[in-house]
Amino acid sequence: MSSNTMTSATEPSRFAKIWNSNIGYSFRKNPVAIVSMAIFLIIAMSALLSPLLAPYDPYDPASIDIMNSEYPPFWVSGSLPEFSLGTDDQGRDLWSTILYGTRLSLLIGICAVALQAFLGISIGLIAGYVGGRLDSLLMRLADIQLSFSTLMVAIIFLAVTQAMFGSETFNQYAVFFLIAVIGVAEWPQYARTVRATVLAEKKKEYVDSARVLGFGPGRIMVRHILPNSLSPIFVISTVQVANAIISEASLSFLGLGMPPSQPSLGSLISSGFDYIFSGSWWITVIPGVVLVVLVLVINLLGDWMRDVLNPKLYKG
Amino acid sequence: MSLLSVRDLTVKFAMREQTVTALNGISFDLAKGERLGIVGESGAGKSITGFALMNLLSRPGFIDHGQIMFEGEDVVTMNDRQLRGMRGNRMAMIFQDPMVTLNPVLTIGQQMIETLMAHRKLSREEARQIAIVKLREVYIPSPEERLEQYPHELSGGMRQRIIIAIALLLDPQLIIADEPTTALDVTIQADIMELLLELCQSNQVGLILITHDLGVVSQMTERTLVMYAGRIIEAGRTREIINDPQHPYTQGLINALPQQTLPGQRLKQIPGNMPSLTNIPPGCPFNPRCEYATDLCRSRIPEISHYGEVEVACHEVQRLQSNDARREVKA
Amino acid sequence: MKDMATQPALLEIKGLEKRFDLDQGFLETVKFKGGRITREARSVHAVNNVSLDVGRGEALCVVGESGCGKSTVARLVAGLLTPSAGEIHYEGQRIDDLSRHDMLPLRKKIQMIFQNPYASLNPRMTILQALEEPVRHHNPKYSAAEVRDKVTEVMMSVGVDPTWIKRYPHEFSGGQRQRIAIARALTVDPEFIIADEPISALDVSIQAQVLNLMLEAKESRGLTYLFITHDLSVVEHFGTRVAVLYLGTVCEVAETATLFSNPKHPYTRALLSAVPQLKDDRPNHIRLKGEIPTPINLPQGCPFESRCAFANGRCKSEKPRAIHQPDGSMVACHALEEGRLDADAPGL
Repeated sequence: MSSNTMTSATEPSRFAKIWNSNIGYSFRKNPVAIVSMAIFLIIAMSALLSPLLAPYDPYDPASIDIMNSEYPPFWVSGSLPEFSLGTDDQGRDLWSTILYGTRLSLLIGICAVALQAFLGISIGLIAGYVGGRLDSLLMRLADIQLSFSTLMVAIIFLAVTQAMFGSETFNQYAVFFLIAVIGVAEWPQYARTVRATVLAEKKKEYVDSARVLGFGPGRIMVRHILPNSLSPIFVISTVQVANAIISEASLSFLGLGMPPSQPSLGSLISSGFDYIFSGSWWITVIPGVVLVVLVLVINLLGDWMRDVLNPKLYKG
Repeated sequence: MSLLSVRDLTVKFAMREQTVTALNGISFDLAKGERLGIVGESGAGKSITGFALMNLLSRPGFIDHGQIMFEGEDVVTMNDRQLRGMRGNRMAMIFQDPMVTLNPVLTIGQQMIETLMAHRKLSREEARQIAIVKLREVYIPSPEERLEQYPHELSGGMRQRIIIAIALLLDPQLIIADEPTTALDVTIQADIMELLLELCQSNQVGLILITHDLGVVSQMTERTLVMYAGRIIEAGRTREIINDPQHPYTQGLINALPQQTLPGQRLKQIPGNMPSLTNIPPGCPFNPRCEYATDLCRSRIPEISHYGEVEVACHEVQRLQSNDARREVKA
Repeated sequence: MKDMATQPALLEIKGLEKRFDLDQGFLETVKFKGGRITREARSVHAVNNVSLDVGRGEALCVVGESGCGKSTVARLVAGLLTPSAGEIHYEGQRIDDLSRHDMLPLRKKIQMIFQNPYASLNPRMTILQALEEPVRHHNPKYSAAEVRDKVTEVMMSVGVDPTWIKRYPHEFSGGQRQRIAIARALTVDPEFIIADEPISALDVSIQAQVLNLMLEAKESRGLTYLFITHDLSVVEHFGTRVAVLYLGTVCEVAETATLFSNPKHPYTRALLSAVPQLKDDRPNHIRLKGEIPTPINLPQGCPFESRCAFANGRCKSEKPRAIHQPDGSMVACHALEEGRLDADAPGL
């Protein structure tokens, strides 16, 4: 009993450790990071809890009445009290639709980045650790992939699949297609960063020490090198999530992404675009503001994280 | 009048939650042309002393209080313009790593001539001539050609010679050398040390040599300061300190050298580690590692005071000396 | 040396060579020279025809200045590099061409300690993880308790408090980290340890601690050392025999006491005279002329010829062979062989 209290007193909890570490300290001292984190958490939580927060279900055609279309938000005269942010062209409650759309955008962004990270980290680790011909081959593949812009690859891929499967099937699986195409198009970012870190880590003596102890290459890569290459992976992950959300929004805006029946932020902006000159600006502008704020705070967090984790500024 | 007179120099570092004291009341004098060694292990504050003397500390470090009188002026209160006029001109510094000190994208000649022209009213050709003379002084073969070369084209020993030539360029009164040969091989180290010694002697230049190597100090300097955890714990003539160290730490440091023990025997080690600046024990900072420590050592910081020829900061030094005397009588 | 003859050497290095290619890939080797396009690959000759042997229980010190190839020799023996030519035998078995799998049993016998204790421990692993990993890897049948016992045992033997086991390397000082690195090498109960400058990154008072620890381990575990260093005072204290390397070539191999009392090769003499001494009774150091040649274009003759005060025409054109001296040392020097320099005058 007494020994238990001893250990709990001497070993602080994981959260307290992080809070007192360099990262925790620089976070506490950085108002931009705090505000960004707060806004990001608010957006992410409301997106996650959208079924509870949203007064209407925008995916349920039964709850939509076309007669309710294009009501303005509450601060404009002529608004209806039950639609706080107004309605879109189909009569959906804009507040509910934005919540669901943000959830979709975040989901696609994070899953696409997870796919990128998986591909990029595996390829980068192998290329960096094995070196030689395999390294040249994998990195030339990455160069080729990078020489096509993400949007171009995505547009071609999505257009072809849409034509192949028909828009009915496509709309059904649009989320997966988007995740796959954004995930595959951007893996070289990860592969290059990871490879560069691995090349630097590989020269360190702890890797030699592991080799002298007879560990196999798989173990050395995963147990020794990878944990020491995480800082740059974290940094690019934030930036990549922001990029993936933008990519998804652009594709949806171009009509190659989420269908209007399941709108993400991008397709919402797109659907409102036709009405912008007829006075219903809110259908485009409000989701647009949400998108910009979301991407901005993620990028600001990424900037902060890069400053903290930059090994040149802080040795740990 | 002494060339440099340091009084109660205290340097602090502003850390996250607290301010730590890196140098604690350092006082010493240096006469014109005198060579002084500052010895200590990493974390003792010897490099910080060097930077503080030139007022080169950058945040989070700062001089808390104290006085550095150099040729009658206080370096601590100088403004930026006065500091620029002093640094490199009357007081020069040689760093550990020659590759970092030289700018890799400028030729040796550009770096030397720029330095000269920044401090003296000279034409480019006059500056070039002085640079060649200085390179010759440090035994650089064919100096005219070297002026056109970039630092990476030269070997480590050659680079360190050029750094010494740059330090001597404006005929300074004082050179502060911070581990000038640690990055070099022994044979080259011996050459560079010999060169530095010769130049200091012939030009009457003061030298502060900061190093961890007692052998180097013994060969290069006339007086030595031994530092531990930000304080001077022993000061005096180098020969006295090497032959008859008074402070238990100095004794331990000298006895720990492999030369002091027969081959294959256990070395006389000092147990433990130097305390970190955030965690200096109360009393004498050396007390947890000291075999002679008493309750007094654990509670009160010893003042540095004269014991015979040397100055020592140790409560127990008299007891140690009488022990030594007894041992000598027995022998 | 005399009793060595009856006992076969534990480690034998025969004619070891290592070249590092400077021009990698086909395109870099293509050069335009004298109006013709030729293929030419430049390489750094890091180790040239090095032959050494280490007897059981010995501590062979390899000394030399930076760039002399001493670390490369250590890495070759540890199997971190593959030799360009030559052989390495351990207990009579050739080890330089083994696959990783065949090498595994030898990994338990041959271990290495590295120079920089700040880099040789994985910063993201606790001490416990770092020490348990090799024990588990080499003894898959051990129970958790046996693994833990082994870890506690090695930690005690290097003098690190076993209750600190959950901490990360950055929480330790340099000396403690080097102790932990030694503990890690000892977890597999090796008999041969390659130590690559194990104390040169440490403070003087800590160097003594680590050196004592290595001496204790040598006695209690019957270890054999291949000790790489540039510090001659450490060699005098620690080594039973010394090999002096210059530009990847062995100049002189001798028993420690013989080498320090009677250095024969002109380079060894210069090296010894350059060590700063505490007491001022040393003779002036021998100033070497010139600079160390680059190991890219090796001189045809003796590698030390360009800086040697005794060199003549033969030294320029012919590589000296290592020749046995009456006191048991091996010296590669034409001048000594021809009696041009007095073998019995230390420090000239």
